[in-house]
Amino acid sequence: MNSIIPFIPLLLGALAAIVLRGWLRNLLMLLAPIAGALNLMGIEHGVFWSMEFMGYVLEPVRVDKLSLMFGYLFHLASFIAVVYALHIKDTVQHVAGLAYAASAVGAVFAGDLLTLFVFWELLALTSVFLIWARKTDRAYSSGFRYLIIQVLSGVLLLAGLLILAQVNNSLLFNQISLNHEGLAQVGAWLIFLAFGIKCAFPFMHNWLTDAYPEATPTGTVFLASFTTKVAVYAFARGYPGEEILIWIGVSMACFPIFFAVIENDLRRVLAYSLINQIGFMIVGIGIGTALALNGAVAHAFNDVIFKGLLMMSMGAVLHMTGKINGSELGGLYKSMPKTTILCIVGAASISAFPLFSGFVSKSMIMAAAVAEGYDVVWLLLLFAAAGVFHHAGVKIPYFAFFAHDSGIRTTEPPKNMLIAMTIAAVACVVIGTFPAQTVYALLPWEHNYNPYDMTHVLTQLQLLFFSALAFVWLNLKNMYPPELPSTNLDVDWIYRKLAPNVVKRVGGSVYGAYGRFEKSVVASIKQVIQNSYDTKSGQPKGYFAKLWPIETMVLWVAVLLSSYLMLYYVQDLL
Amino acid sequence: MAEQHEPSGFFDKPENIRKMLKVFYVICGLLVVADFIVHRHIYHDWEKIPAFYAIYGFVGCVVLVIIAKELRKVLMRGEDYYDE
Repeated sequence: MNSIIPFIPLLLGALAAIVLRGWLRNLLMLLAPIAGALNLMGIEHGVFWSMEFMGYVLEPVRVDKLSLMFGYLFHLASFIAVVYALHIKDTVQHVAGLAYAASAVGAVFAGDLLTLFVFWELLALTSVFLIWARKTDRAYSSGFRYLIIQVLSGVLLLAGLLILAQVNNSLLFNQISLNHEGLAQVGAWLIFLAFGIKCAFPFMHNWLTDAYPEATPTGTVFLASFTTKVAVYAFARGYPGEEILIWIGVSMACFPIFFAVIENDLRRVLAYSLINQIGFMIVGIGIGTALALNGAVAHAFNDVIFKGLLMMSMGAVLHMTGKINGSELGGLYKSMPKTTILCIVGAASISAFPLFSGFVSKSMIMAAAVAEGYDVVWLLLLFAAAGVFHHAGVKIPYFAFFAHDSGIRTTEPPKNMLIAMTIAAVACVVIGTFPAQTVYALLPWEHNYNPYDMTHVLTQLQLLFFSALAFVWLNLKNMYPPELPSTNLDVDWIYRKLAPNVVKRVGGSVYGAYGRFEKSVVASIKQVIQNSYDTKSGQPKGYFAKLWPIETMVLWVAVLLSSYLMLYYVQDLL
Repeated sequence: MAEQHEPSGFFDKPENIRKMLKVFYVICGLLVVADFIVHRHIYHDWEKIPAFYAIYGFVGCVVLVIIAKELRKVLMRGEDYYDE
């Protein structure tokens, strides 16, 4: 056994990026993910490293098929993202990107909850720099919101794992499930919520659509690959077969597509479609059969690559034109033909066209839903699949590269960006065409599935072509909502507008009331003073406050002494 | 800056668009025809409806867009809404 701890190569790459510059840095950053992936090939299944900590057994590195699959995925994703980012000189981004990838790898190989927690927080701390690196005011405040929510997720995880450690007397990360008694149930739910936040569950999803589009063009490619996929992994290990996940997943697959249709920032459209794709995975995990779980992790694998490809193509557009709003773009196919084609490959993959990667994994989840009798779920997923084609498959390439000519003339992006996109595009097609030799070979659960039968191909093509027909028809009828410069309200309105306003109002009125109270107290004290002072004669009004002559004092002392004397005699008489 | 003698793009010519759309309509038609020729596996009762997937895809997307348009009335704000 010559392997080392899985996240070490990427971490060394990050350290190299701190101290080195120029071609040597580029070389080492490229070698880090390759070395990491080769390291995984030689690693043995089982507990790689265990130790004891405060009486609990920890397994900081545990290897099985599920963690290995995500391990390979993260190395592939980080390699593509590093290639894509090679042209930039910003050390912060390089270091943050690789350290972030290393945290993701560390998280999926964590065999106990405490190690998972450490990497869970590192994911947040390393990735936020990719947002701040944009150096705009929006990115700065968005990054802070991102960090707060991510750290909150970590805190919930910590609270949950402490409870479970107390109850079960073990910190190992195995299936947790939601069927416990008493305190353990609270712990299980806390961890469920912690995973849910990172997974962008409905109402907890806004950090994603808020922050990802504000990051740098290269940073978003890293961001889209890791955080949510670590959460998907965590659900697959901790909560497979929890029925509530099916319904959460379905709502995640459906609601973002409405936002995606009306969103103007094309990278934000992709962020919404990211939630939609995670929805499919969560449904698969919720169904919990071997086919469904395989479908979920296979889809996570493919999603990282095609969503990365789409994010890269939009990043290239942003990098070259400085614009990313659909309302300002259009006609770019003339000056960026290669980027256009690569983007279309990504669009075909996310839409699950036969021979592209999305097809071979999404259909597993759909088939599992039908097989287990979840009819409504199946119908809604079908709707979501049509919707994703509509906004990610058609809208993204159409409004960026075609539509009306915006007059923007630019050139293709730097070579390294094109190479990164090409690698991802080739991977999409190869996985989609030869699934058995690629992604299926990595699947953790035993199940044979063949996506390429006549029924599947035909029905999927019908679904997609008629969705496209709907787009064409709506466009010709001028019924398609135009791209407008706008902000669409989402859940973040609650904490970005409502809560601040309420706090401002409540705070303002409390402060005002306090001010009025203080004033009235001061006024009444002044009133008392004024009432007891006669300004005309310059003397206080009260009887005892008058100025007394000294004689009066002497007289009263004499009275006091004489009465004392009297009392003395009176005592003698008795 | 637009070049002066820029060759007009393929998609600038309306006749090209029309041709492409025609091809597209033909493919759509063929897919529906294929539905009656190919024997599909039926996993679910609704799939027995002829061209179920085509109808579902089309109607689903139109409904999606119409609802999204209505949502705009409620959700849409100015671009600098949060910056103000």
